Amino acid sequence: MAYMHIGKDFVPPDVAGKVTGRIKYSEDYTREGMVYARLLTSPIPHAKVVSIDASEALAMEGVFGILTADDVYPDGEANSTGLKILTNEPTLVGEPILAVAAVDEKTAETAIAAITVTFERLPFVMDPVDSLEEGGPDAYNGGNTFVFREGFAQEKWTSDQVASFRAGNEPTAEPAAELSYGDLEAGFANSAFVYETPFTTAGYPHMSMEPRSAMAYWEDGKLYLHGTSQSLTALADGMAGIVGVPKEDLVFINAATGGGFGQRARAGSIPSMAIPAKLSQKINRPVMMRCTREEEFTIGGARQGFQGWIKLGFKQDGTMAAADLWIVSDNGGKGGGGDAFSATNAISIVYQAEAVRFRGVSIGSNTAHRGAQRGPGENQIAAIVSPILDKAAEELGIDRLEIRKLNTPQTGDVGGINRQPFTSAYMPEALEQAATAFNWEERITRSRQRNGSKVTGIGIGQGYHNAGRSGMDGIIMMGPDGRLRVHNGVGNLGTYSYASTSRAAAEVLKMPWDRCDVITGRTDNHLPITSPQDGSNSIFTNTRTCFGAAQDMLAKMKEIAAADLGGDPADYDVSNERVHQIADDTVGMTFGEVAQRAMELGGKYTGEAELPEELAEWTQISVSRLAGSGFMGVYHDPRHSNNPPGFTVTCTEIELDTETGKIEILDMVSIAECGTVVHPQGLKNQLVGGGVWGIGMSVLERHLYDPQNGLPASTGYWQSKIPTYLDTPLKIDTGWVDLPDPENPVGARGVGEPSMGSVSAALNAAVSDALDGHVFNATPVTTDMIVNHIAGISEEWVPLAQNNFRG
Amino acid sequence: MVATSHDVMPDIELYQPTDEENALALANTLGADGWLVGGGQDTYGWLKDRNKNPAAMIELTQIDAWKGIKEIADGIEIGAVTTLTDIANNPLVQSRYALLATAAGKVASPQIRNVGTLGGNLIQDARCWYYRRGLDCYRAGGNICYADSPEGLNREHALFGASRCVAVSPSDTAPALVALDATMVVASSSRERLIPAQDFFVGPERDIVNMTVLNDDEILTAVRIPSTWANAEFYFEKVADRNVWDFALVNIAASFKVSGGSIEDARIVCGAVECTPRRLESVESAIRGQQRSEELAASAGEMATEGARPLNYNHFKVPLMQNLVKRAIRG
Repeated sequence: MAYMHIGKDFVPPDVAGKVTGRIKYSEDYTREGMVYARLLTSPIPHAKVVSIDASEALAMEGVFGILTADDVYPDGEANSTGLKILTNEPTLVGEPILAVAAVDEKTAETAIAAITVTFERLPFVMDPVDSLEEGGPDAYNGGNTFVFREGFAQEKWTSDQVASFRAGNEPTAEPAAELSYGDLEAGFANSAFVYETPFTTAGYPHMSMEPRSAMAYWEDGKLYLHGTSQSLTALADGMAGIVGVPKEDLVFINAATGGGFGQRARAGSIPSMAIPAKLSQKINRPVMMRCTREEEFTIGGARQGFQGWIKLGFKQDGTMAAADLWIVSDNGGKGGGGDAFSATNAISIVYQAEAVRFRGVSIGSNTAHRGAQRGPGENQIAAIVSPILDKAAEELGIDRLEIRKLNTPQTGDVGGINRQPFTSAYMPEALEQAATAFNWEERITRSRQRNGSKVTGIGIGQGYHNAGRSGMDGIIMMGPDGRLRVHNGVGNLGTYSYASTSRAAAEVLKMPWDRCDVITGRTDNHLPITSPQDGSNSIFTNTRTCFGAAQDMLAKMKEIAAADLGGDPADYDVSNERVHQIADDTVGMTFGEVAQRAMELGGKYTGEAELPEELAEWTQISVSRLAGSGFMGVYHDPRHSNNPPGFTVTCTEIELDTETGKIEILDMVSIAECGTVVHPQGLKNQLVGGGVWGIGMSVLERHLYDPQNGLPASTGYWQSKIPTYLDTPLKIDTGWVDLPDPENPVGARGVGEPSMGSVSAALNAAVSDALDGHVFNATPVTTDMIVNHIAGISEEWVPLAQNNFRG
Repeated sequence: MVATSHDVMPDIELYQPTDEENALALANTLGADGWLVGGGQDTYGWLKDRNKNPAAMIELTQIDAWKGIKEIADGIEIGAVTTLTDIANNPLVQSRYALLATAAGKVASPQIRNVGTLGGNLIQDARCWYYRRGLDCYRAGGNICYADSPEGLNREHALFGASRCVAVSPSDTAPALVALDATMVVASSSRERLIPAQDFFVGPERDIVNMTVLNDDEILTAVRIPSTWANAEFYFEKVADRNVWDFALVNIAASFKVSGGSIEDARIVCGAVECTPRRLESVESAIRGQQRSEELAASAGEMATEGARPLNYNHFKVPLMQNLVKRAIRG
């Protein structure tokens, strides 16, 4: 289908500000009388605060006040694993205990150094499996796991069960959760190749460049909160509840965000922004709280790590007959997540396994809080499964591309434990396109070729994430100037989807882009509710709402024109910023004129009547404030059914140096399958950015905690080993399938997360290939592991230890 | 109790002397309370986290006499506050002492090399994270080593020379200077000392707190590289987890004099395996006068790690070090 805007590159309105530095992040704001807050955080992994003596600090010149957990939770802290604003019951090193406001940061730090906090130390644990063992320490006050709607609980295994799991065997304990479909036993019985192994995946932080700083002040009963988020209205909606302010009295200002990756999608994952809000309320001054890089690591959260066991069965023809997983997930000191179930679901979806079982338990550790991170579950498991798939292909004599083709999901298939149909699925096309772009047939002949100490490895991997939601709202406005104003509640986390989704509205009204304004950046711009921007959903979800709001305006335009100029609304169309009769385009009105007329008519045309009944409370507030001020299109998106998938395929060629354990990525191609492409440059950015993430997950990134004292060891960029410019290939080639999805009005689905998973899967497969098919069953596979493997040095003294605390 | 990150500079005096005399006088007056600052890359983390609390900083980068690279009677002299970028890009160093140019160019990242100085790279403190975290380990004056324990994180720690502390020499330029037989010029307000690079660095058996022989009133002002190894055949390689902005897991700096395929003389030094740059004198002896060959390289590699005592997580350094020695000798 030919589009005016969809599938075309454009310059998002914030780009100039980012290039010139003019755009403001939360730390860039000031306010008259502003003071600075700093945090006293827990130096102990698990403790209770017995007393706080801040008398000396409060007497210091330039100190304005202190905020403690008793201030923010006068009725006591919630009995849950959720992140807290401040706490008297820290369950990880770095958890905020109190905040001090002072004239400047140095004074605040000096004051903090003068505060005496007396802690009661409690037993702590770094490894969830240590906690599982009978008599092992529990991370939380009340257990080592949290059961939804029930509270804390204890999961304990016998020492023999723990020892057996650590030795690599299938766990024999009762799982906390078990879900399955198909006949697993028959699947394995019918398999010609069965692979069974323990595995580990690292959980590690999100590494957002912008620390979670926030500035707050109160004026006329309203809270103005300058913050950082990857969602805008969705996060503000939740933040109002966390601060305890009515939604209509919160103005959340967030023009740009320096990275989110899952940790800033929802207010619950970043409640620290409430600290300056509460402190400002208490001392009646604007408060800026800049977070340190270390705080970004300790309170910023991390992906869940896995210690698991997996068994995959393949029939003689290469089809995946059965997949059985048992996963112990690291829940960290706070939070949690559903990574393990998502991982299992992904195997069902990407490889169309005939029978699948998931068993698992989430256990706390006194480490960073856990929450969603780019492809939570799907991406970890992609890197584990891909080398196993290659092993199966080798054993069964099938080409490695071919085994993926014959297990591929496609339109009409179902996937996941709940056997949900896809809205559409063009993975076969993506595999074909990747193979062609990579020249698979020629490249695979280079597999395991030696050149001195170097060996060539070839890898292919697939990524997946559910990529679309619905049920949100859209608002567009037009005034007598005839400009289209798209009120967009999507956050600006660097994906430009706040702008690209707005183009669906411009598409409906055939508006030139330079006659459109994206109204966003602060909630007093009166924005509709959106889904939190996690789960790669924004493109699908918000093109639906913007498209719907524009359809509403289009219908209203036709009604007004028909009423004023004669005929039936169906006799009218729009072009060149006019609504006009189809039969005679000289009979019509300009958009400016129709907007003027709409404002004269009022009522439903200006948002004062006949609103969609299902509008969210947040949207209702915005609509009520806009009502009467212009011509309004407003829409509530009904729920869609089925699973809109985002898929990627990556092929890579590497050289592995057998003497140093270092790998060099020689070539990498990533192909996206995300329905119709809305913004090619934005998609390319996601594919390349996700690729760098995948490299980090596969071979570099780490998250160390010392088991002796519970201290985090990797609280900076160099210690965490995020990929640098010289660890990534000079270029990652990209491409896309670009076929429309029927459940989105412009055919689009999201793809931000899978772009990491397929790279990680391909890279781990390539490393395995270069080592004659050796499977590490772990991510990351680091230099030392490769050197040890080649030298024949056993790593048996640290079984399953890659999760958090590998030295 | 372990401090958590403060990440804010404390109140501290700052001296910015512009001549040698003032700098040395300040070092003499302030002693242990005066913290020498070159590019600041080993300074601000310590001070902002308040894990080191000197009374004053003495910033040395405004002293022109301690900057730059010049020819001297026998070789070259490099001022201690010359940046690593200037050294890596200097034509004289590149042409005669490419080993040092390469090593300097492998330090950290371009941004750090642009401000980081040779002196700073040489006298930087141990990078053991337990020590940097402010824990009360031996090196910090306590009576425990957290890294050399059954559960300690010691993947990056020492294979050799452990004596209570198992931290390693983190420098990339230090092994190169030992391999070039450089001399350190150390000054105080009362005297000047010339110290062979090999003797400049000290291990924990001799001094558990300091990694060099510098006294509190002394400043490393320059490094002299003699002509002995000028234009020799060099080999430098650094293996780190990342290709930029990282410390070596193991590095190697080697100088060879080769004639007709025969190694007439060699100096081979590994970093990140011991608290000091580890000169492999037995290997040097074993290969002296030998024809270069794969077999010689392999046997030298094996010999290089004799006496290594790996910790729980750093066994990989043994084959890695062997391989680097092998690669250096193989040429």
